Amino acid sequence: MTSALPLPPTTPRVPAGPTTAQRADVIVIGAGALGAACAYFAARAGLSVLIVERGQIASGTTSACEGNLLVSDKEAGHELDLSLYSQRVWREDLAEFQRLWEFESKGGLVVARTETSAANLRDLAVRQRDAGIQVTDVAAEEISGFEPNINPELRGAAFYPQDAQLQPILMAAHLIRLARTLSPTSLLTNTEVTGLIREGDRVTGVRTSRGDYSGGAVINAAGPWASTIAQMADVSVPVLPRRGFVLVTEPLPKTVFHKVYAGEYVAATLSSDGGLQTSPVIEGTPAGTVLIGSSRERVGFDRTSSLPVLRQMAREAADLFPVLRKKKIMRFYAGFRPYCPDHLPVLGHDSRAPGLWHAGGHEGAGIGLSAGSAKLLIQSMVGERPDLDITPFTPDRFAENSYADR
Amino acid sequence: MPTAEPEPAPNTITFDGEPIPARPGQTVGAALTEAGIRSWRETRKNGRPRGLFCGIGVCYDCLLTINGQSNQRACLAPAEDGTSCESGSGEEGLRDGGTDE
Amino acid sequence: MVGPMSETTDLLVVGAGPAGLAAAVTAADHGLRVMLVDAGPQPGGQYWRHPDERYPVADESAGHHGWKVLTKLRDRLRVHRGAGHIDYRPGTQVWFIEAPKTESSPWYVYTTASVEAQPDHVPTGSVRAMRIVLCPGGYDRQLPVPGWDLPGVMAAGGVQALLKGSRTLAGRRAVVAGTGPFLLPVAVGLAEAGAEVVAICEAGNLTGWAKNVTGAVQVPSKGVEGAEYAKALVKHRIPYKTSTAVTRIDGDGQVQSAVLTALDRRGRPRSGSERAVEVDLVAFGWGFTPSMELVQAVGAETRIGSDESLIAVVDDMQRSTASRVYIAGEATGVGGAMMAVAEGELAGLGAAGDNGSSIDGARVRKLRGIIRRSAAFAQAMHHAHPVPARWTDWLTEDTLVCRCEEVTYAQVCHARDDLSADEARSVKILARPGMGWCQGRVCGFACAKIAAANEDRDLSPDDLARMSKRSLATPVSLEDLADLTLE
Repeated sequence: MTSALPLPPTTPRVPAGPTTAQRADVIVIGAGALGAACAYFAARAGLSVLIVERGQIASGTTSACEGNLLVSDKEAGHELDLSLYSQRVWREDLAEFQRLWEFESKGGLVVARTETSAANLRDLAVRQRDAGIQVTDVAAEEISGFEPNINPELRGAAFYPQDAQLQPILMAAHLIRLARTLSPTSLLTNTEVTGLIREGDRVTGVRTSRGDYSGGAVINAAGPWASTIAQMADVSVPVLPRRGFVLVTEPLPKTVFHKVYAGEYVAATLSSDGGLQTSPVIEGTPAGTVLIGSSRERVGFDRTSSLPVLRQMAREAADLFPVLRKKKIMRFYAGFRPYCPDHLPVLGHDSRAPGLWHAGGHEGAGIGLSAGSAKLLIQSMVGERPDLDITPFTPDRFAENSYADR
Repeated sequence: MPTAEPEPAPNTITFDGEPIPARPGQTVGAALTEAGIRSWRETRKNGRPRGLFCGIGVCYDCLLTINGQSNQRACLAPAEDGTSCESGSGEEGLRDGGTDE
Repeated sequence: MVGPMSETTDLLVVGAGPAGLAAAVTAADHGLRVMLVDAGPQPGGQYWRHPDERYPVADESAGHHGWKVLTKLRDRLRVHRGAGHIDYRPGTQVWFIEAPKTESSPWYVYTTASVEAQPDHVPTGSVRAMRIVLCPGGYDRQLPVPGWDLPGVMAAGGVQALLKGSRTLAGRRAVVAGTGPFLLPVAVGLAEAGAEVVAICEAGNLTGWAKNVTGAVQVPSKGVEGAEYAKALVKHRIPYKTSTAVTRIDGDGQVQSAVLTALDRRGRPRSGSERAVEVDLVAFGWGFTPSMELVQAVGAETRIGSDESLIAVVDDMQRSTASRVYIAGEATGVGGAMMAVAEGELAGLGAAGDNGSSIDGARVRKLRGIIRRSAAFAQAMHHAHPVPARWTDWLTEDTLVCRCEEVTYAQVCHARDDLSADEARSVKILARPGMGWCQGRVCGFACAKIAAANEDRDLSPDDLARMSKRSLATPVSLEDLADLTLE
């Protein structure tokens, strides 16, 4: 295999060498979940790939999330279509690799703390069933059969067998490793994109802290920083950071068996409120830790730890799983969801800047949606008819200045 | 300073129900060590025995259950008379326990 | 249990070891209201760990150096406590620090009990402080060795803590191994308490020591200590083997033997030189790792010290780069107890002076001299006792690097070599070393070295900082977090 890119597989922290332009079929900006998935499907399509990453593999949002593949928090619509499609990609196209990233089809249990909330859950389940989601109503007295350690006072629940979880950092790293086996693929870490190379409106490459690289296509997979990259092409992609914290417990024997969250979570994901919202989302991991979410607030890229937020999350978790009260929190982390004001991903070619593609804006669903989004994007790029119409996600929907939501 | 007792009577702690002598001021880890007990929990993955390692509260290897409180550091906890210690870090208290690995 | 929000104190001192005690009493001497929190049950820290003061023993000072320095500091602490100048809180750990919201508002420091298994343990609470002196000390630095997770393998400091604090022998037949002068008191302490010490294995070749004699003679007391230990080694017939490492430990359920291997001039194990010795205790120490989580929590700048540890950057009054935070002791560079006492006193003077008290300029100059000479000595010591350059040569694929998460050397290498993790943080998030109970305190240095080895480069502050940054300085229960009192 001859490499189109004579680059080392890893990048020492030495000053950049000569800045002679180097070329790849596809340049991917960002080595997170979306960037890695795009690299993998591009390599699978026979394209040579260069990934340019400001930090390290999965060092942004991908290492600060819970690794969810959810259908339970969706209603009929384009995002659900994408979600169901992506489920198929994870479970079929990538089936053989599932253990590499600890894919666990554990199912999700959405719980209600009041009779009203339980009734709302049942209504939602009816609509979701019509839309193709598998969901079972769970009566109050059946809940402990799913979760023996849960608060016995809950009034009802719904079970979603399709909900799954994976370890997103391993997923990103392995997809990049796999891409290398399929096509010439290079990764530049600690390399910041400082500008885009333009020929008229066209985007033909990237300028980086290590020199210039030209590409047949440039994919903006910069996560919550996607708007910065878009601005380099003088186009607007209104992706904004929405901060979330996750608390991590001490390693425990299996205590939480499914992804468990309160019905209010669905409302929170669909909300555009910039203020703080919390709703309990609890799940175990193969490492034994229990991950406790969730919070959402629009505070820019402020990483300052907020005790009021952590306390609120702790209260909600302790209420849902009283057995966790005495357990230790070992650490917590903060991450930034790539939030898009219309709650739809930004996926596909940007006709305002030909040659530039976007893969992002999935807010809190990026891990689950990454495989499907990437496959569709690459199908579109190589001129195949995408398995699912991605025009609802087109970046072209952002006419200049129409989103002043900053 | 309090007045010295010339020969303080040995305390007794229990380890998995067995009495273990302890001198006043000793830690649980020290009392177990003197009783010839060097490990009191098994690791989650490989079931390897663990006891004192850093000895000063840093490594958390020496976790056990003390007076019903799980995950206590034996190297720090005082072996006061009547202290009850259980091997294992206390994760067994959860229903449907057992590791998933 | 949650305590009420307390009043704002002039100065919070974290740690009641040599540096913290000196800082607290010095600041109190100058009229500051001081709070002194310490994870230990009584003053002294790791260096002056001693039997429970509630049950006095005749030989309280056994095995100690500079004991009179402690008793004087302890007496001054007692006087200041009696007068209400120092609020001393033993058994208390800091788990979180919040930066001041404005230039004139206090730091918020959140604390919890270090031992919870007693009904009367201190409640979770918080402290407001205008200034902070951090004296978090340190612990033995560790390198993975095949078999090092067997019961009976301990940190040298842990072996000594058992002796000093509980008068307990960790084993009957021991080898003390690693590098650095601290191996000497541990071996001698074991021997004097009745254990047989088969050998001290010092990985360094000590040939570099002669070049640094000027550093050594500038601190005469160190020379005296060295002579005492030399006599004790002769008396107890303890062989002191330089250029030697324990490279494997074997046993069924606990330590039964250790393999001693000679190291060549480049720090590589010499094959064919292996010799197994029957022991029931292996005490390891490869120098010290300063506790840096609180230093990082306040956002203070760090650098790599002469022993490859991450240490805090401080000015000539022990001020860190974080506003109104002073740092003293091992966290500014491992240099021993007397240097820590001097730094602590200087930090106390710094805090007092910055708080508006007048301080003695001559004393400041004298302390700076002590610190300068001690630091020169420490640096010479560090250069004489490096971590062997090729320590990874003695690892096998299944040697545990991370004891908590049971991550093997092969798994760390897989993350580094196959999954493009060329920095410590990536190794950590991919292979999980440092993600367990100790949060990387034990394996952080080794992981950073292994990650850097891929590119054959020196450690950067980032490598270590990423393994020692902890969102929570110590674990805290979910209910303590849920029931937290906030203003």
